[in-house]
Amino acid sequence: MDAIKDFFYMGGYALYVWGSFGVTALLMIAEPLVLAGKRREMIRRLRRLARLQSEQSS
Amino acid sequence: MSSRILNWFKFSSPATFYPLAGKIQKVATVTAVVLLLIGLYMSFFVAPTDYKQGEGYRIIFIHVPAAWMSMFIYMVMAFWAAMGLVFRTRLSFMMARALAPTGALMTFIALWTGAFWGKPMWGAWWVWDARLTSELILFFLYIGYIALQGAIPDVRRGDRAGAILALVGVVNIPIIYFSVKWWNTLHQGASVSVTKGSSMSAIMLEAMLIMTFAFWAYSIAVAMARVRLVILERERDTRWVSELPEVRG
Repeated sequence: MDAIKDFFYMGGYALYVWGSFGVTALLMIAEPLVLAGKRREMIRRLRRLARLQSEQSS
Repeated sequence: MSSRILNWFKFSSPATFYPLAGKIQKVATVTAVVLLLIGLYMSFFVAPTDYKQGEGYRIIFIHVPAAWMSMFIYMVMAFWAAMGLVFRTRLSFMMARALAPTGALMTFIALWTGAFWGKPMWGAWWVWDARLTSELILFFLYIGYIALQGAIPDVRRGDRAGAILALVGVVNIPIIYFSVKWWNTLHQGASVSVTKGSSMSAIMLEAMLIMTFAFWAYSIAVAMARVRLVILERERDTRWVSELPEVRG
């Protein structure tokens, strides 16, 4: 158990190491998620657009 | 015109590039995840403790890759800006737009992890050192590029204005890179150089290089995802978009 505690203690640099890796992980996970959300919204918009165009033309 | 030239321009049309970008995105995503897992494992469990900085030095495994990426992405962005201006290919401008947010993110990570490394080792979160200051300017350049293009409603004028700003800002990249040598303020010199190899221990260097390739694959994957979004946005009224499997549904 204390091996895990030691690991997170990071030789006393816990704040600095986990402050760095934590924020980096946060950002590098958030960016793809934001993009995936934007893609879903874009596809929904395009579907509505396509439906509108087909209604007008029919 | 020999077919080789024609075929080179084949991918310069959004319609043909869109599916290709999708494939690149998938491959880059898998590569990034695999390399990140290996790189993180090596960063914490394989790379030895540093005789002077103990465990604190492990921040190098994200600080350096992010800093390299922040400069590399800007150069790629400026390249596409130049290509757009010279060849008037709209897709080049779309690539430049797609890269900027990720470049800004990498610059922020470089500044953030640098501060979190500087505090225990130098005793300060921030110092007006040549390297740090020029990297901060790079961050403002990215934000300025994004804000400028956000502020110009007309897409073509926005592309052009952004491209010119990106090209003007390129001069900052060698300044960042050589700042440690020219001004020799606080930030240490390059310990890895293409010409002289590296003064780092082999394992630390290996872990850092794997993390660098992981960050590279990550940036490619995200840039491809974003360029597809930009393409869909700009080509929303075209027939090929309305016939896309994901749109026809």
